Amino acid sequence: MEKVLFIVFAAIAVASALNILLQRNPLQGALSLIATLASLSAIYVTLHAQFLAAIQIVVYAGAIMVLFVFVIMLLNVPKDQPQIEKQKWLRYLAIPFAGLLMAEMFYVIRSVKPITLPAMPADGAGDAVGTVSSIGKALFTDYLLPFEVTSVLILMAVVGAMVLARREGD
Amino acid sequence: MVPLSWYLGLSALLFTIGAMGVFIKRNAITIFLCIELMLNAANLTLVSLSSFFGDVDGQLFVFIVMTVAAAEAAVGLAIIISIFRNRESLNVDEVDTLKL
Repeated sequence: MEKVLFIVFAAIAVASALNILLQRNPLQGALSLIATLASLSAIYVTLHAQFLAAIQIVVYAGAIMVLFVFVIMLLNVPKDQPQIEKQKWLRYLAIPFAGLLMAEMFYVIRSVKPITLPAMPADGAGDAVGTVSSIGKALFTDYLLPFEVTSVLILMAVVGAMVLARREGD
Repeated sequence: MVPLSWYLGLSALLFTIGAMGVFIKRNAITIFLCIELMLNAANLTLVSLSSFFGDVDGQLFVFIVMTVAAAEAAVGLAIIISIFRNRESLNVDEVDTLKL
């Protein structure tokens, strides 16, 4: 059962990721990426990471991708230009490079030891990894400093984005 | 049960697709989408290893990566808007002022 779910969602994720490369219009690429992110969220559920599955939908598909789609529609981006002649050889370099990268990663993965996913406790709650309570406890005790630094980072990003996108002379 | 290597294989595949997109695409926004795809592939590796080893630290790291990705998207899209305002184009081959 879990294998079937994994295969279905992995196929959706890979197909829509490939669709990003095939589309010339960036808006369709962004919509394909939303499909990839949603199926990755389903895969997180099969890993018992419910909190991250919810965050993936809310933050990634809900906030970041809406920002992308908003900017694409705001700019009225022209379709991807045909390749410039002097860069043409780079295009043919990409496929062997990608094949090499993938072969390297699968070579490492081949040596992974067969361990099984720890079962969820029967009552569903408690200290299982991936529940909101276990992540919240770790986040506000051991990882309090990184959490606070992240909020400073977000503040800097907001100020930086406003400065960069401002019109000259305002 | 799904073996760990399947999750890592899916992550490798998605990362490779993202890296290939960065190489073959010329539109700045599409390159940015491919970078988000690579970030998600790395997140999948972290979540699967964290779940299989029963350690919550990996999932906290994914949480931090997501917030950094949000900050990166905000700043990156602001840069794209100002490039588009100055040049009326998003083709990365034309934005080569810093190139030697």
